Amino acid sequence: MGLALLAIIWLITFVSTYFFVAQTWWLPHGVSASTPWIDHQFALTYVIMGVVFVAAQGALGLFVWQYRDRPGAGKVAYSHGNTKMEVTWTVLTAILFIGLNLMGSPIWASERFAPAAADSIPVEVTGMQFAWYFRYPGPDGKFGRTDAKLIDPSSGNEAAVGLDPSDPASKDDVVTGTMYIPVNREVDLRLRAIDVIHSFFIPQMRFKQDAVPGLDIHMHFTPTEIGDYEIACAELCGLGHYKMHGMVHVVSQEDFDKWVAAREAEK
Amino acid sequence: MATSATIHSHAGPQGFIRKYIFSLDHKVIGLQYYFLALVAVFVGMFLSVLMRIHMVWPTAVLPVIGTIAPETYLQLLTMHGTIMVFFVLTTAPQSGFGNYFLPIQIGAPDMAFPVLNMLSFWTTFVAFVTLLAAFFVAGGAPLHGWTGYAPLSALTNSGPGEQMGADLWITSIALFCIASLMGALNFITTTLDLRAKGMTMMRLPLTVWSWFITAILGLLAFGVLLSAGILLLLDRNLGTSFYVPLVVVNGQVMAHKGGSPLLWQHLFWFFGHPEVYIAILPGMGVASQLLSTFSRKPIFGYKAMVYALMAIGLLGFMVWGHHMFMSGMSPYTAFSFSLMTMAIGVPSAIKTFNWLGTIYGGHVRFQTPMLFAIGFVSLFVSGGLSGPFLAQPVLDIQLHDTAFVVAHFHLIMGVAAIFGMFAGTYYWFPKMFGRMMNETWGHIHFVITLVGAYCIFMPMHYLGMAAQPRRYSQFTELAYLQHLLPLNRFITYAAIITVLGQFIFLFNLIHSMFWGEKASDNPWEATTLEWTTTTPPPHDNFGGHTPVVNHGPYEYNVPGAPRDYIMQTDPATVASH
Repeated sequence: MGLALLAIIWLITFVSTYFFVAQTWWLPHGVSASTPWIDHQFALTYVIMGVVFVAAQGALGLFVWQYRDRPGAGKVAYSHGNTKMEVTWTVLTAILFIGLNLMGSPIWASERFAPAAADSIPVEVTGMQFAWYFRYPGPDGKFGRTDAKLIDPSSGNEAAVGLDPSDPASKDDVVTGTMYIPVNREVDLRLRAIDVIHSFFIPQMRFKQDAVPGLDIHMHFTPTEIGDYEIACAELCGLGHYKMHGMVHVVSQEDFDKWVAAREAEK
Repeated sequence: MATSATIHSHAGPQGFIRKYIFSLDHKVIGLQYYFLALVAVFVGMFLSVLMRIHMVWPTAVLPVIGTIAPETYLQLLTMHGTIMVFFVLTTAPQSGFGNYFLPIQIGAPDMAFPVLNMLSFWTTFVAFVTLLAAFFVAGGAPLHGWTGYAPLSALTNSGPGEQMGADLWITSIALFCIASLMGALNFITTTLDLRAKGMTMMRLPLTVWSWFITAILGLLAFGVLLSAGILLLLDRNLGTSFYVPLVVVNGQVMAHKGGSPLLWQHLFWFFGHPEVYIAILPGMGVASQLLSTFSRKPIFGYKAMVYALMAIGLLGFMVWGHHMFMSGMSPYTAFSFSLMTMAIGVPSAIKTFNWLGTIYGGHVRFQTPMLFAIGFVSLFVSGGLSGPFLAQPVLDIQLHDTAFVVAHFHLIMGVAAIFGMFAGTYYWFPKMFGRMMNETWGHIHFVITLVGAYCIFMPMHYLGMAAQPRRYSQFTELAYLQHLLPLNRFITYAAIITVLGQFIFLFNLIHSMFWGEKASDNPWEATTLEWTTTTPPPHDNFGGHTPVVNHGPYEYNVPGAPRDYIMQTDPATVASH
């Protein structure tokens, strides 16, 4: 059984590691400014944990086979442990884990502690069962007032987010069901939810943030490649959770301006 | 001590009801918990198989059940999580084995408060029935997941099952909390007050240490969940707004105002993270016990193991925010939560090193309990190493609420903890039932379960990295998930085979109870007190005398000793060490 156990543990380790190393399934291609940083931190963590994984499973398999009870096995070493070794691996693990954590911290800070750049595009994201709506402030640069009493999800767009037409600032607001943003320009997101918690997840942007009723959450990110990317809801929000998806179109600044002008003209 | 010994010196109750149903005997209560968990785990597994089938064949028509709707999937998911976390992972390792063996291992005739013990089991039983009842009321079971995030869980019109079903769900959890508080109090008092002469704290088996620390965690954590649950019931039924701000559901402005959805998350995870350790610590105790016993070698670093348990317990209360990095709480707090979480990796690593150190240089015997203990270590390593990914807020941006998280917690608090239970079952079965379980079937069960668990949960890491969100009933809507379908199907096949494999265990368990080979008093040549008494133990555990302890719990292959183990009760002169 010792040899069988060694074979099973090593085989599991080998197959698991193979798919990680071969990257058969991997992080989706990243298209935001933070991608290189996040992916680098991921790769670093993954290499360190991978080495520990192989070493620990390898040792476990080896030891149970090598020290199996058999006739003629040597004497058992009577020992209650070794303080020096305990201290060594405690200190090493502490340095490793805490060091790894500190290395990742600046990335987190840069995205969250500082406000968005002055020339960023403001977009308000509203989550509701089971759709995303996107609001642009229009030429005045100001989001108009919204009112819970005016919310009517069945009518879509402006009515769905409860835009109050009596506010002058809301006249030029554009509300859509798909998100348009210009490439290489920071997006200043304001996340809202009107019913339950949703989570705004754009896997290829390495972006995720819960949208919480009662909170206005500000986040920012910069798309770096033109293209269409899927948006998913990542927080359980009810029976339609799996189909609460959206699309973000990253376009050139020129196309973006044209798109906004066309929406304004429609109003 | 003398008082409780006197109380139990009389003969046990003879009537069936007092002996087996409303019993005050910790051994009977332990078995009642164990069998409750056994029923629960098969229900929970069955639900998970239905979920896996629906995820990959959403339109399949199943016999009797028919087609599973997306909302039904979420109800299965909620009930699977709740049943498994509370009625399996918290019930069997702690209340089941702990009740049966904690008093015997410390040389006590029973728990400190036998009536409280009975009450806590029957409250748990009522909680379980209450939970299952949610399936049968109008609207069915709730769909808000086992974490029950408000406002989804706080509004009666947020989805199917959020009416009566959700109220039953909360009531069940509240009852469970009350039962766990009673149990925790009992475990702590018993460990502190009823130890036999010579059983110092540093001579306690590591199983007892793990039950003791788990009980402390339970005492501090379940009270918070109980309060949180009561507030949730008030929000739902009496119009309070603890968790609900101004919201509009289906175009209808709700009467709530000013509540905080994050409050629920803070309260829930203040319980929820220690709960992870409540589930896994007893498994660590069993693994330590068995690795030493079956390697015929003292545990490597007994004191380090005890301190590591304490450190895990303490740090476990300071990390709850790592479930909430994406929740909208202040991003500054992520620093401290993340640092504390990484710090918890240190005592966890110490334990792993010490387990390997225990096997190293020993004489490993491959009996079934040992196989599961070795499997526990392997799974603990695999499940543990994905922790440092999720503990980093910056990686959590990508991985939070994906299948990666599902892989992580199933491997470590699900499967590893269940391996602890299997190890405990095969190990203590002879003491509990006086017969041995079948070794051949045990080995087959082990191989199927270990390989199966890895086939189910290792690929979920890949899915999570590829950004497959969790709690999706099907993957038909998002284009980027399409290429993951074959891998998802593979997981479903693996799950069905692994679940079928568990019937081997069930058969072995029931068959061995009646027809297994007769067990001797100490079939594993182990050292702790339960192996000094008869099999099964008498009503007062030690047949009228109180054991006196002269040795630590892991004295194997002591130089100069006549045989390769020294029982804790052997005379002090048996060997000098």
